[in-house]
Amino acid sequence: MKRIYMDHAATTPLAPEVLEAMIPYFSKRYGNPSSLHSFGREAREAVDDARTEVAALLNAEPSEIYFTSGGTESDNLAIKGIARKNKKKGRHIITTSIEHPAVLEVCKALTREGFEVTYLPVTREGLVEIGAVEEAVREDTILISVMHANNEIGTIQPLEEIGRLAGEKEIYFHTDGVQTAGKIPVDVNSLGLDAFSLSGHKLYGPKGAGALYKRKGVRIESIQQGGGHERGMRSGTENVPGIVGLGRAARIAEENMAVESERMRSLQDRMRGWVLKNIEESWLNGHPVKRLPSNLNFGFRYIEGESLLLYLDAKGVAASTGSACSSKKLAASHVLSAIGLSPVESHGSLRITLGMANTEEEVDYACRAIFDSVKRLREMSAMRPE
Amino acid sequence: MSQPGYSEKVMDHFMNPRNVGVIEDPDGYGKVGNPTCGDVMEMFIRVKDERIEDIKFRTFGCGAAIATSSMTTEMALGKTVEEGMKITRDEVARELGGLPPNKMHCSNLAADALHMALEDYRNKAAVRKG
Repeated sequence: MKRIYMDHAATTPLAPEVLEAMIPYFSKRYGNPSSLHSFGREAREAVDDARTEVAALLNAEPSEIYFTSGGTESDNLAIKGIARKNKKKGRHIITTSIEHPAVLEVCKALTREGFEVTYLPVTREGLVEIGAVEEAVREDTILISVMHANNEIGTIQPLEEIGRLAGEKEIYFHTDGVQTAGKIPVDVNSLGLDAFSLSGHKLYGPKGAGALYKRKGVRIESIQQGGGHERGMRSGTENVPGIVGLGRAARIAEENMAVESERMRSLQDRMRGWVLKNIEESWLNGHPVKRLPSNLNFGFRYIEGESLLLYLDAKGVAASTGSACSSKKLAASHVLSAIGLSPVESHGSLRITLGMANTEEEVDYACRAIFDSVKRLREMSAMRPE
Repeated sequence: MSQPGYSEKVMDHFMNPRNVGVIEDPDGYGKVGNPTCGDVMEMFIRVKDERIEDIKFRTFGCGAAIATSSMTTEMALGKTVEEGMKITRDEVARELGGLPPNKMHCSNLAADALHMALEDYRNKAAVRKG
């Protein structure tokens, strides 16, 4: 059976060129970048090249890029590092109710260190309103952390406005850009960002490699002590193959972005149009326009998402759901709750995230598979139109 | 998101559920669950000479909810009303080769729906006897 992967917000396959670039650093170029000899120097050069490539993707300076193990570590470093270093100035942090757990749980942990956190609500479309940010700002606010695009519903936040506000109020501004880096343009300067987290495996790079952009001069402290790698920001011998892979992935993403995002947008339109037209009592979660070109989050009434996901899996289509039944805690997705979906509405959610390898033919196949699976599950459902 | 970790038997009953549907004018009917929690099950039974002659279900819910419904109907079919009342959620889970711990409540619901349908049958029968 043909398998169709449409869960690219979870992870992406490694691009073949990325793998190729990484391989020598697993074998013959095994030097430690901290070593002074030729083995060390060639590893150091590779890390520096990757730093330049990642910086170019964000319109940043190479010296503002710090390599980490991934998105979660970058979020931890940015939020804990900035909060702890600036706590004399204030102990208030603003974030949103729809952040990834890598931000929410870090904020929760910081409340145990005496920080106060405001979680901003979002609109039905998943947007943070600038007015709400303004209202939340206090004298002692030291950090605003708002994700760039949501991993579940794909809504893209108005970072530029928030960045301007943060700049005026001299509050540090961090964004979790795990879902946007390499997919839509990111310019840390025009967005007014002080810190930006990204992850390698979401942009056709390797797992276990990520980066934090930190603007020059932003006061931050390390959360991992040791030999002082990454200019003291992140101790631990560099994951050279991973970093090389991340750099190459960033370069490829930048080269392909214009063409690829246009292609994603057309596949997205194709699927959205077909599904909403042909499946009754279905809708799209998230913002109709301000959304990632690769993200579709559908709602289907009278059925439950885990069942739908597994029926699709049996037809070879890999997707994801925010249904409570699919989560460990049996709680509905916090994002779907935050946009105001009732528990019943969030049960029938299906997330499709498109990627590089997906074609029109695959989209059409997936549409049919969704149609058939929804139909079958509705036939056996104990819930139906009144 | 966690992997469901379903056994082969659960997957079989989920992908190919037995006894899906409704019985018009059933001898017993039970409906349990709550859409907010994510599972709603209905069971319909036809009883002849105190024996479950036909049984059908409809379920809104996850893989485990559908599989436990299907398994419960299979276990109940052909049994007497009294035997049916004795089918427990643990037996349903065991027959399915186990359920992930966070899905055990689904087997409760399926057994409850069956028991409710059987109770309904008994109540109706009592009324008929007058």
